[in-house]
Amino acid sequence: MATIPVPAAAPVEAIETSSPPGLSATLHDWVVTVDHKRLGIMYVVTGLVFLVVGGVEASLMRLQLAWPGLTIVPAETFNRLFTLHGTTMVFLVGIPIVFGFANYLVPLMIGARDLAFPRLNAFGFWILLFGGVLLYFSFLGGDGLYGAGSAPAVGWFAYAPLSERAFTPGNATDYWNLSVLITGFGTIATAINLIATIATMRAPGMSLGRLPVYVWTMLTVSAMTLLILPPLSAAQIMLLLDRFLGAHYFDTQAGGSAIIWQHFFWFFGHPEVYVLMVPGFGFVSEIIPVFSRKVIFGYASLVAATVAIGAVSMSTWAHHMFTVGMGGTLNSFFAASTMLVGVPTGVKIFNWLATLYGGKLRFRIPMLFCCAFLFQFLCAGLTGIMLAVAPFDWQLTDSYFVVAHFHFVLIGGLIFTIFAALYYWFPKATGRMLSERLGRWHFWLFTVGFNVTFLTMHLPGVLGMPRRIYTYQADRGWDILNLVTTLGVPLQALGVLIFVVNVVYSLRHGRPAGDNPWEAWTLEWATTSPPPAYNFAMVPAVTSRRPLWDLQHPDDPDGPHE
Amino acid sequence: MASIETPNIFAPVSTPAFEIRDLSFIVLAITGAIFVIVGGFAVYTLIRFGRRPANPEVEPAQVYGSTQIELAWAIVPLLIVVVLFLVTARYVWGIERRAKPPNALEITVVGNQWWWEVRYPKLGIVTANEIHVPVSDPADPALTFITLQSVDVAHSFWVPQLAGKMDAIPNKTNRVWIEPRRVGTFVGQCAEYCGLQHALMLLVVVVHPKDEFRAWVAAQQTVPAEQTATRAGRELFASLACVNCHSVRGTPGNGVFGPDLTHLMSRSTLGAGAARNTPENLRAWVKDPGALKTGALMPAMKLDDGQLDQLLAYLVTLR
Repeated sequence: MATIPVPAAAPVEAIETSSPPGLSATLHDWVVTVDHKRLGIMYVVTGLVFLVVGGVEASLMRLQLAWPGLTIVPAETFNRLFTLHGTTMVFLVGIPIVFGFANYLVPLMIGARDLAFPRLNAFGFWILLFGGVLLYFSFLGGDGLYGAGSAPAVGWFAYAPLSERAFTPGNATDYWNLSVLITGFGTIATAINLIATIATMRAPGMSLGRLPVYVWTMLTVSAMTLLILPPLSAAQIMLLLDRFLGAHYFDTQAGGSAIIWQHFFWFFGHPEVYVLMVPGFGFVSEIIPVFSRKVIFGYASLVAATVAIGAVSMSTWAHHMFTVGMGGTLNSFFAASTMLVGVPTGVKIFNWLATLYGGKLRFRIPMLFCCAFLFQFLCAGLTGIMLAVAPFDWQLTDSYFVVAHFHFVLIGGLIFTIFAALYYWFPKATGRMLSERLGRWHFWLFTVGFNVTFLTMHLPGVLGMPRRIYTYQADRGWDILNLVTTLGVPLQALGVLIFVVNVVYSLRHGRPAGDNPWEAWTLEWATTSPPPAYNFAMVPAVTSRRPLWDLQHPDDPDGPHE
Repeated sequence: MASIETPNIFAPVSTPAFEIRDLSFIVLAITGAIFVIVGGFAVYTLIRFGRRPANPEVEPAQVYGSTQIELAWAIVPLLIVVVLFLVTARYVWGIERRAKPPNALEITVVGNQWWWEVRYPKLGIVTANEIHVPVSDPADPALTFITLQSVDVAHSFWVPQLAGKMDAIPNKTNRVWIEPRRVGTFVGQCAEYCGLQHALMLLVVVVHPKDEFRAWVAAQQTVPAEQTATRAGRELFASLACVNCHSVRGTPGNGVFGPDLTHLMSRSTLGAGAARNTPENLRAWVKDPGALKTGALMPAMKLDDGQLDQLLAYLVTLR
């Protein structure tokens, strides 16, 4: 018989609810908190706020590109917009949301009371927020001593030597540089924290072989983070030395190397895509089984595929550099390693499909987002294979095709899984359900808008339209396609607006969720919604990968099948 | 200039763009098949098992996995990857290892913020933003080998109908070759973000019949004759800062920072595609380049109308 105690409402909580604290006291509580759940929520909310900011930036760019020769956004502003959009979406949206969810979920899923280093956790969040503020402060402070520029305009990967003093005077690039460096510190701190927590604080019986798949994905990407972020930080420091102390690492005018920056950046930049996407696979691997009412198919191969993606993706970075003239040997190597990532990725898709097969599917909102994800991620993966074919990449890279490809990964893949996760765990974090009706509007508007924009966006790339141009010639044949691409934007924006309304409305008026509204099986659903500060009144003992399944089906527990 | 063809990568006119298209058809066939099979299975699964079940309270059969199935769907993709890799490697080496025949035309293209310098070192020609090459036919192949360099930041050379991209990177020399099979004008532009006017760094490749190309070479090699009528403009050009950046062969002007102007009026655009090269636009450009192309590195020389008239009268003779 399983031994999960269902904790009664704790007395501490009774006191809190009986005398609601004032606004300043609440604010104080949130600012000084070291609770992983509150920090997790703060991370995710920060990420969502920046998602809206980055989305506004993207919308302005789409407005400018809707038709050839428009002058809605001037050239210098356009270049700043895509620099901030990229930097924001990767460092201030993807990372905070991914690590924010991990903050919230990992201790709950492994039956721990907090992360291993709660204060380090708080440090990680606040330093990341500071980095984000620094990036946007460049609008005010970027003028600097040289009176040039405001926000940075070097692109999110800031290729040398464009990022050097000679080509970007003023302080804007320095704000970008410091912002990325500083948010990196926060991310490294959180990665260390997650690894330590998963290594040492699992509930009794929670062996590594019983970790929820999502926790495995976070263990993998935390380890990757420790390997890829320090080289990026080193490169940022080298750039600082170039810009302020006259070093010549990337300063080609004085014999530095433009290529070595690209290697540093993509050694971080490519695995970073997986650091963001693999936790999305984790969300899907938790949500699809629950809404198929089936155990995940092939747990061991799914976990192995996760770790394999992490390992192989560390050696694929120079597929971003097929056109720098690396020579046939390196081009072939990186083509091979990139294609190889497709194998474990394919395995995951097959595992999910096999889990769906034979299930009793419940198309609630988290499941809808996961289904759309499956098709969109399949597209993203297949265009990824095309880009891995080096000669094909010589045509496609740095065109709108590649822009469409990585938006299929990061929106069609990541953001869709994040929305799934938000609908799925919102009841746990707040105690209330999000509205299903508004959720359906959100889902359909966003899915249709996304595909109108980004399916179409592949085509101008094939027709020779390079990325990062603020305008284009009327005679190129790109106009209608760009117009359609832009027309998808308002649909997505409306979808997100409905989501915001849904959150605000449901926080107060949503249906009470209860402990386990989805009849799910992982440990976070064993405690109250929202969980008390200490998570579990008694640390639960675990006998299988699905502790709550065992509890619901004492006659047929999971253990013997594993 | 004739009407522009859309620079479609699937409408190549030259190797290696032909070879890349052929390779891409193989890749599209494989990925298309995967999409249909996997996507089709997903649709089938969602429809079949998405119907309302007869007894929703009872959980479906729990299937934990199957070693055989899991091995199969790991090995089959692995085999596809091996095949795809071998095909890819063959094309990579085939394109990159192409030997330069002794009669190949050699061109050096230098990326600048935000224009292209085009040099024909063996022919003594220097021009900008327009590359003129002879057409190749199987009986008499005419290959053009292009050496890519940059004087400032990273740029990327991309004329989709002729070849894939190759970056022009400072402190590095890259090479790309073309063998156009059809006469025509093919457009491209810088494909690596290089600063403010990355969008206005356009490029045109004009493919000529062989004799027409020879005539173009001969015309470019001549030095425009001095005309007394334009003497005032020429002296103005030589006395102002123009000559610090621009060259006109046969004059004291030998600057190298800006485009060579010896045959300025033979080119179709100003400012690497910022405006058509007409006398009116040229006058506007000389008066204030920033008005046509924000951030262009050429300064406004603050000339009065009389000076502009004289200078224009001279410049339009540089054919």
